[in-house]
Parts: sequence; C-alpha cells; structure tokens
Amino acid sequence: MKELVIISGKGGTGKTTVLGCFAVLAANKVLADADVDAPNLHLLLSPEPLEESDYHGVDLAAIDEETCTKCGRCEEVCQFSAIRDLRIQPRRCEGCGTCAVVCPEQAITMTPQVTGQLYLSRTRYGPLAHARLVAGGEASGKLVTEVRELAHRVAVERGADLILTDGSPGIGCPVIASLSGVEATLAVTEPTPSGLHDLERVLLVAAHFQVRSAVCVNKWDINPQLTEEIERLARAMGAMPLGRIPFDEAVAESTAEGIPVVEVADSPAARAIRDLWTDMGENDLC
Amino acid sequence: MKIAVASGKGGTGKTTVAVSLALSVPDAQLVDADAEEPNCHLFLRPSIQRTIPVYMMVPHVDLTKCDFCRKCADFCAFNALAVVKEQVLVFPELCHGCTGCVYVCPREAIVARQRQIGEVEIGAARGMVFIQGRLKPTEPSAVRIVREEIAQIDPKGGPAIIDASPGTACAVQDTIGQSQFCLLVTEPTPFGLHDLKMAMDVAQELGVPSGVVINRNGARDSIIEDECRKRNIPVLLKIPFDRRVAEAYSRGQPLVDAFPEWRESLRSLYREIERRVMT
Repeated sequence: MKELVIISGKGGTGKTTVLGCFAVLAANKVLADADVDAPNLHLLLSPEPLEESDYHGVDLAAIDEETCTKCGRCEEVCQFSAIRDLRIQPRRCEGCGTCAVVCPEQAITMTPQVTGQLYLSRTRYGPLAHARLVAGGEASGKLVTEVRELAHRVAVERGADLILTDGSPGIGCPVIASLSGVEATLAVTEPTPSGLHDLERVLLVAAHFQVRSAVCVNKWDINPQLTEEIERLARAMGAMPLGRIPFDEAVAESTAEGIPVVEVADSPAARAIRDLWTDMGENDLC
Repeated sequence: MKIAVASGKGGTGKTTVAVSLALSVPDAQLVDADAEEPNCHLFLRPSIQRTIPVYMMVPHVDLTKCDFCRKCADFCAFNALAVVKEQVLVFPELCHGCTGCVYVCPREAIVARQRQIGEVEIGAARGMVFIQGRLKPTEPSAVRIVREEIAQIDPKGGPAIIDASPGTACAVQDTIGQSQFCLLVTEPTPFGLHDLKMAMDVAQELGVPSGVVINRNGARDSIIEDECRKRNIPVLLKIPFDRRVAEAYSRGQPLVDAFPEWRESLRSLYREIERRVMT
C-alpha cells in the first residue's frame, strides 16, 4: 500500500482541488484530510460520518492552590511562558509536564483534554479519515498522525492500494507529521514569487525526510516564465516537474458546487489534472 | 497599535493586504509573522540591519552517566527520546524544548543545550520598519520565533501590521491574542468561508475584535457577507476579482504600486480599524 501526500508550502495553491480530483480518478483508495487546521476536503466530498471519536490533544497543567506553597519553581522552568503569577495560561501550555515534575509539593497535575473529533466517513469516492479541532485547539501534528493512522487502519481492513492525503500549507509540525513514512508527495504550487520561494522550503523538508517529490504548477499561464523557473528549481532539488494546470473558471464554479472539477466539465484544468494523474501512475508515484 | 492580518485558509491575500496596508499608512511597522513561509520580503526587498538568532533547548545525553533507566523516554510527552539497548536516541524534530527530561533523569546525565531553530531579521523597507521571522526548514515550530518578532515591535512606533500564518494554530493564536484588531482576509469560495469561520471563532475566543476583507470578490461574494451579517462582524473592504491583480502579484508587485487608486481605500480601511479600536 502506498500513501501520496499533497503539499504546497504556500497556502491556497490548489492542493484540495487536485486531491479532490484524484479522489475521483483513483481506484481502491482511502482518503485522508491532514490539513487539520483548515480542513476543506469534506466540502468537496460530502462525507457521511460512520465513526466518531474524541481527540485528546495535549494535557493541561493544573495547580492545586491548597497544596501550592508559591515557591515559583514551576514558573521558572516552564519554557513556554505558560505560567504567570502562578496561574496556568491554557493557550500557552504545551502539556509537557515539566512543572509537575519539579513541583516540590506535587501540587501540579496533568489532565487530558478533548480538543477535537476524529471522523471516519463514507463518501461517494471511498472512505475519508478527517478531523475537526475546537476553536483554538492545539497539537495539530499529533492530530495529523491520528488521522493518518485511522486512514492506514481502514486501508488495511479494506485491502486498499493507496492512501491519498491532503496536507497543510507551510513547513511546520503538521507538514512534518504528514510526511513520516510516506513514499511520495506532490507539491502543488503557483507561478508567483511566493509560490516559488515557499516551494523551495517545503522541498527541503521533503528531501530531509527522504520522500520523493513531484511538482505541479497550478494556474501556470498566469506567468509562463516563472513556471519554467519553478520547474528548473524542482529538477535542481531532485523533484520531478509533472504537470501544468491552466487557469480555468470551471475550477471555481465546480468548487462552489462542492464537486471536483474532473466530475463536471471537460475543461482545460480537468484535462490537465487527468493527464497529471496518468503521469503520476507512470512514474510510480501513486 | 497592533493589527493581525489572518485568514484561516491560505492564499487568500493576507500578504497582499498586509504589504499594501503598511505602504499606505505613515510610519508603519510591517511584521511578517508567517515564519514558516515568509513572503512580504518578496514584495518589499528590505535591507536587513540586524539578525537575532532564535533558539530552543534540546537534550544532550551523557552516556557515561546514563544507566538506560528510560525515565526520560517514559516522561517525554512528544516521543522525542527513545532508549534502545545501550543507546539513547534524541529526535530533535519531535522535541518541544520543554527540558523536562533534564529534571526526571535520576543520574543528572541529561543537559539542555541551545539549538538554533531560526531567526528574526530587522531592517527597513521603503521608509518603514520591517521585521520578519524565518523558521529553519525541518524545524517543527515557529511559535518562539513569532513571539520574538512581536517582542521586537517598537511600542512607541507607528502601527504594527502583522502578517500571520494560514490556519489557526499556536503561532496564529499568539499573533491574534497580542493584537488589538484582527483583519481577516478571505475569498468568496466554500473553502474561504469555512476557514474564515474557524478564524472568526478564534478571534472571538481571544476577545479580539475583527473585520473582514473579501478578496477576489465576484458574483458569489454573498456567502461571506451573509456570514458576517449573522455574526455582526463588519466587511471593511472588497477587492474585486481581476486577472491583472493576480498578474501584478505574480510579478512581485504590491497592489498599491500596480494600482495606486487602492492607496486611498487602504487608508480609509486603516482609519476605520483605528476608530473601532478606540471606541
């Protein structure tokens, strides 16, 4: 079984649009939305939840005021400035438990918290593992790992050949958590200075984790010259330029309807995405 | 005054709005707090005068003192330590730098050492103060870098316009939480609306007033305006969809340079924010 993760560096380049189309085109697969901070895949796939479970984010420290002697040791050791005037700042607490270890009175306890929900849903294109964080919920790297583990479990149970995972923008912990143990990524970018700059950084991360990368340029005709520059950069970094998707009004229209563009129209973008999918297969990337 | 520019969804135009807003008000301090993927510099070509390295603490294990009791590995909430036979493995990309392992080790075999995870650069661009953070690729968390950037804002200086990361994770919450106003840039698509709602929830939780900029506004913009009306959050600016705007962006040109007529709209946007923060 393989897992293909879609990444981008820069946000809003079309990861979910491309993945939604791959969901239509791929046979025997399981889908996963690992962009847990801003999940959008469900908006294209109209999932019906089959299973729901609580997601336990980081533990939260709590100080028992009765036992506390106000020595201030906890505040001193906290690396996250999460204790101020002997009060826990829940948003800053990373749940490490260091304060509880150093407290001479054992006045600090660590309590698990439910900060989101994990779902397994049915969609017309196959099972989807996804999640929802409560407003301000944290530890998204850990939630990414749980979404991927759920997708793997279902893929094994159902004998699926492929997991298609929608990743996060950026290069931080959710992206790193989505790349561990993955065979291949497709980086979707756009021909802008930001698209180029951010692609370079995310390809560095993928290379560090020894993941093979392909690169596709969305809305390539906005700036053909920069598209070529992006493809040169991809090659120089050991990634494979694979596909150019033209700017196409049909994408926005089908997305507004909540339908992957390859389902509704034989438009230029839909054709390019179908070709991209074929090329991905021929290069053993999915 | 600090204004956070956030969005939920990526690629909706945060950087476009932050850069052009900063170019339109006098004495602005522009802070690029998307330390994972900082982009403002591509539009402003700042000269950097000072670089502040940002560190986190990671464990180093002295194997001559270690008796492989595994207390450190059992304690670590982030699975950044593993004891395999007579080896202690440290996974720096999982470490949060809490230093707890140093305290749980009964043999004082662990020391915490500084490791650089990125930097904050301070300089000037077109007459304004420019601050940006850069996370080193393969490092997981930009939170410390963003905090350092915000600490570098001159409280006596002009308005600080802070370009946040997409999403609503820790660094974004920090940015919004330390600001007096949160400007949410979105686009009239189902994705834009969905992620905007998440960002609105976070701003509300943090008690920071917010307002919305609708970018690439077109026929379908009512989905955003309906939501704003429902929540009583003002729509402060609409930037219509125009392929020429996208092309200017792809040339690395700020909106107000390519279309100077936007300067006045951004000035009134700023005055409106100021008015809302004051009252």
